[in-house]
Amino acid sequence: MLDFVQQLVSGIALGCVYGLIALGFVLIYKATEVVNFAQGDLMMLGGFFAFTFIGILGLNYWIGFLGAVIAMAAFGMLAERLVVRPILGYPQFTIVMATIGLGFFLRSVAGMIWGTDDLKIDTPFSQGVLRLGGLVLAHDKLSVIAATLLLCLLLYLFFNKTTLGTAMRASSENMLAAYYMGIPVKRVVSIVWAISAAVATAAGVLLAPITFIHSNVGLVLGLKAFPAAVLGGFGSIPGALVGGVLIGVIESMAGFYLPQGWKDVAPYIVLLSVLLLKPEGIFGLHVRKKV
Amino acid sequence: MSASDIILKLSNIESYYGPIMAIRGISLEVPRGKIVTLLGANGAGKTTVLKTISGILDPKKGTIEFDGKPIQRVEADRIVRLGLSHVPEGREVFPFLTVRENLMMGAYPRKDRDNVPADLERVYDYFPRLRERINQPAGQLSGGEQQMLAIGRALMNRPILLLLDEPSLGLSPILVKEIFGIIRRINQEQGTSILLVEQNAKVALETAHYGYVLEIGRVVMNDSCEKLMQSQDIQEFYLGAVDHGARGERRWKKKKTWR
Repeated sequence: MLDFVQQLVSGIALGCVYGLIALGFVLIYKATEVVNFAQGDLMMLGGFFAFTFIGILGLNYWIGFLGAVIAMAAFGMLAERLVVRPILGYPQFTIVMATIGLGFFLRSVAGMIWGTDDLKIDTPFSQGVLRLGGLVLAHDKLSVIAATLLLCLLLYLFFNKTTLGTAMRASSENMLAAYYMGIPVKRVVSIVWAISAAVATAAGVLLAPITFIHSNVGLVLGLKAFPAAVLGGFGSIPGALVGGVLIGVIESMAGFYLPQGWKDVAPYIVLLSVLLLKPEGIFGLHVRKKV
Repeated sequence: MSASDIILKLSNIESYYGPIMAIRGISLEVPRGKIVTLLGANGAGKTTVLKTISGILDPKKGTIEFDGKPIQRVEADRIVRLGLSHVPEGREVFPFLTVRENLMMGAYPRKDRDNVPADLERVYDYFPRLRERINQPAGQLSGGEQQMLAIGRALMNRPILLLLDEPSLGLSPILVKEIFGIIRRINQEQGTSILLVEQNAKVALETAHYGYVLEIGRVVMNDSCEKLMQSQDIQEFYLGAVDHGARGERRWKKKKTWR
């Protein structure tokens, strides 16, 4: 039983990171119908930024964290402006290829700048453990879960209680009508990319004590986060988080209880079965707009 | 009429969809505080004219003056900020946003946030049914309610000129009457100038002061609505009056005066 809870918590922690990356996929997809395959690499780059601020420049962890988030938000806007906006309106496939290309580019550049070794960030959560009876929970894992919950609350308040957040939902529902209302749609899209990159960075920095930072971390996690988004029903924000947590827990359980090799396959088996039984995903939207 | 009495002036506008010329040199004027209607069959270019005015389409040639300022090739969101609101064809509400959120999106470009609650009340006075549905997602409203929401949403921008694209589309005759009654009230009480595009020529001519008739991208006739209603061509081709010829049948091949 203790083992089970232990695995559950580390699964949820890992799943939260998948969920945060999947959230980035979903935000951008909802706003612009673009699937950004470089989402995981934005996370990786965010991790390196944080490493530079904290590990090399020696800044305080929290200041470095915030600095990395802000820098990556700006980078997200830049990526949208330079890579995606010029080809908007071309077939979906073109844009997908462009974001895959952006991912390759970011991985290579990160390798050139920061090398190919695993890097580590010292965090306030790196060492400590929480003991509850016989249960030993590492602080780094708990911090990921807590931070994810906090981020979700912030995003929820932003999208539902602020005018800019509502305008973003409006643009993603009906871009043309948003234009008619005088909402500056292009600026809204750039802010969506900024938020998405910032969320990915937060995921990357939180993950740093668990998996280390290296230039391929984004590719590996991005490939897990994408099914998380699909599992939740692409286009649903709560779905992305639930899908992420589900994939994380399944992976963690499969790694512990099943023979070696199942760990990486199990999430995809679940994904395939969910898609066969409920193709629109767990939270897929059924509501259709009236014409 | 002096220039300041004209709120909107189009001169020789030409618009294209790719290689296809949709508007072939249209000039028209909307006098301040009046309702002007654009009539015409499907494909005459009515909607294209409105899209060109509100900046969704850029004209290839010609000028558009709104309140004395040239607005051709200006970004759509800037034109809205000048006080020109467009209620698009087919309503185009935000289906998953609530009625209230939809209306607040109409007020998005406003700088004077303090006056927004009062304007929200005013919209609810015009459309009491929206008040009952305030927290419902707009996608759940009936067609008529969605049309009311689309008009109310545009009013939240406090426009001085309102472009209405087929507000009667898909509505029952009684709802059409109700909505056009409100359009008239908005014009009289707020002094909002209105450019109205309609297929329903009868109700449009009854509502508007002045009318233009469009055919395949050109203005073929323009006059005050009283005169248009008396014109034989309008009666026959747009109002459906049956002209009994010598042989006692309808003359399907009769030429219009402008052909």
